[in-house]
Amino acid sequence: MSKAVHAKDLNIYYGSFLAVEGVNIEIKPKTVTALIGPSGCGKSTFLRSINRMHEVIPGARVEGSLTLDGKELYGAGVDPVGVRRQIGMVFQRPNPFPTMSIYENVIAGQKLNNKRAGKKATDELVERSLRGANLWSEVKDRLDKPGSGLSGGQQQRLCIARAIAVQPDVLLMDEPCSALDPISTLAIEDLINELKTDYTIVIVTHNMQQAARVSDFTGFFTIEGTGKPGHLVEMDETKTIFSQPKQKATEDYVSGRFG
Amino acid sequence: MSAPTTTPATATPSTKPVRQLGDRIFAGSATGAGVLILIVLAGVAVFLIAQAIPAFTASPAELPGGKSLTAYIGPLVFGTLLSALIALVIATPLAVCVALFITHYAPRRLAQGLGYVVDLLAAVPSIVYGLWGVAVLAPASLPFMTWLQDYLGWIPLFAGPVSATGRTMLVVGVTLAVMILPIITAVSREVFLQTPKLHEEAALALGATRWEMIRMAVLPFGRSGIISGAMLGLGRALGETMAVAIILSGSGIITFNLISSSNPSSIAANIALQFPDSTGVAVNTLIASGLVLFVITLLVNSIARWIINRRREFSGAN
Ligand SMILES: Nc1ncnc2c1ncn2[C@@H]1O[C@H](COP(=O)(O)OP(=O)(O)OP(=O)(O)O)[C@@H](O)[C@H]1O
Ligand SMILES: [Mg+2]
Repeated sequence: MSKAVHAKDLNIYYGSFLAVEGVNIEIKPKTVTALIGPSGCGKSTFLRSINRMHEVIPGARVEGSLTLDGKELYGAGVDPVGVRRQIGMVFQRPNPFPTMSIYENVIAGQKLNNKRAGKKATDELVERSLRGANLWSEVKDRLDKPGSGLSGGQQQRLCIARAIAVQPDVLLMDEPCSALDPISTLAIEDLINELKTDYTIVIVTHNMQQAARVSDFTGFFTIEGTGKPGHLVEMDETKTIFSQPKQKATEDYVSGRFG
Repeated sequence: MSAPTTTPATATPSTKPVRQLGDRIFAGSATGAGVLILIVLAGVAVFLIAQAIPAFTASPAELPGGKSLTAYIGPLVFGTLLSALIALVIATPLAVCVALFITHYAPRRLAQGLGYVVDLLAAVPSIVYGLWGVAVLAPASLPFMTWLQDYLGWIPLFAGPVSATGRTMLVVGVTLAVMILPIITAVSREVFLQTPKLHEEAALALGATRWEMIRMAVLPFGRSGIISGAMLGLGRALGETMAVAIILSGSGIITFNLISSSNPSSIAANIALQFPDSTGVAVNTLIASGLVLFVITLLVNSIARWIINRRREFSGAN
């Protein structure tokens, strides 16, 4: 549980278009790393390359090295399906399976792993995951109702419960709060703080205060212009990035002077 | 749009909200079209019932076959349902597989080509399928039916003896299956294509293989679409006339034996074959069988709706 992610000279393509160039980053276990940067600089692209969701898009591919605790994720013979079982993901828009109940949503990943647990063990897993996502008290009386009947914030926490139910090594979150109200956002930020005792978390956010509140490390991505590849400018402890970043571009961005 | 309730009652005598002319015309014509369909449907029902009554009241001796009305229509209903059921059982899984292949497995070029072919097949007139069934499929399937009799003969369905011409209920079922395959495929393909990317990615990100993703996200989402497509196909199979008429020579019996030479005919085929030579009560009897077909189709559709609505909560439409 909770492993380190290490990218070396990572280039990420959509077909022939180089979207992100030369990423070198080290993400430590049991930390929260925030990725910030202007729109289109490739934060989502980089995040999705970590659990090999990037290659789901036709023509999309990756060059360079990306390791999970030293094990090459893009090595020959590595099954992307296996990678995704180790590295969970929460999307920008909450996406519980609409045809499944809340209960079924939580154990969806468990079912994929073909672990046939007994009813009691499964019930416990559901409760533990929903408690872990701070959702248990709100839904414990309606576990058999569809997940799509919850509020947006509850749905997002259900998605987090679904992701942590399979006990991944790393949890990726792509702007998990951007579709939510401030209260739900706070609930999820609290949750991230609790989750980092067990998981390595990487979160993309446009909200600078959020990055400052939840993360231990922050990576700043930027892009020179349209059509150019995005790249990682610098990555450091969050308080360093927000108080005395080494690069001028970072300082401009975090102080709001960006174009 | 409802009238704003805050409007003071004294402002105008009429409380109707102002509506644009175009809106009124559209609303009017839409309502008109809806009412027209109901009128036509009611008209058909009234016609069928009125014309069928003489057959219900006639004495058994006057009826074709010389026995009771149920004895005449019963085997036809049985033949209709059996042939349509065989077609549905064969065509639905196949259609879902073809649709899945087109939407999720085939390379884009191939998928497009296949899509066109399927749409094209849906437009082929049923008589062509009928001719193919009687001229190609019936003789070609003889060895297969013999095999069924030899090895699976203990199942009543394949008891035999195998018809020498190959013109059997099984061949009809397969022909109908080929006929309704394109429509079920086309409908399923459309709904599969509409599966939200979001849900497909949710499944993949959990570590689903492509097939697991299809089972988690695509099939549940497309369930009501598959059922609609199957019902469209079933409707077509139930009412299919020419294909059944030229393949089967019906003999008014009820049997589950799919590969022998004596088979029940279907309602529609029987009407087409008998109508030209019928007079008097015989015509009323045929219309009575038509009424039964009408009711069967309505029932099938209602059942399909009921199935779709039963799990509406979980359909993702909310
Ligand atoms: N499916 C795709 N096909 C082709 N190009 C894409 C695709 N998705 C993203 N891109 C391109 O890759 C680049 C990076 O996009 P990405 O979505 O990673 O940006 P982002 O930093 O997440 O932006 P935002 O903050 O707006 O979410 C952009 O130039 C974008 O146009
Ligand atoms: Mg993004």
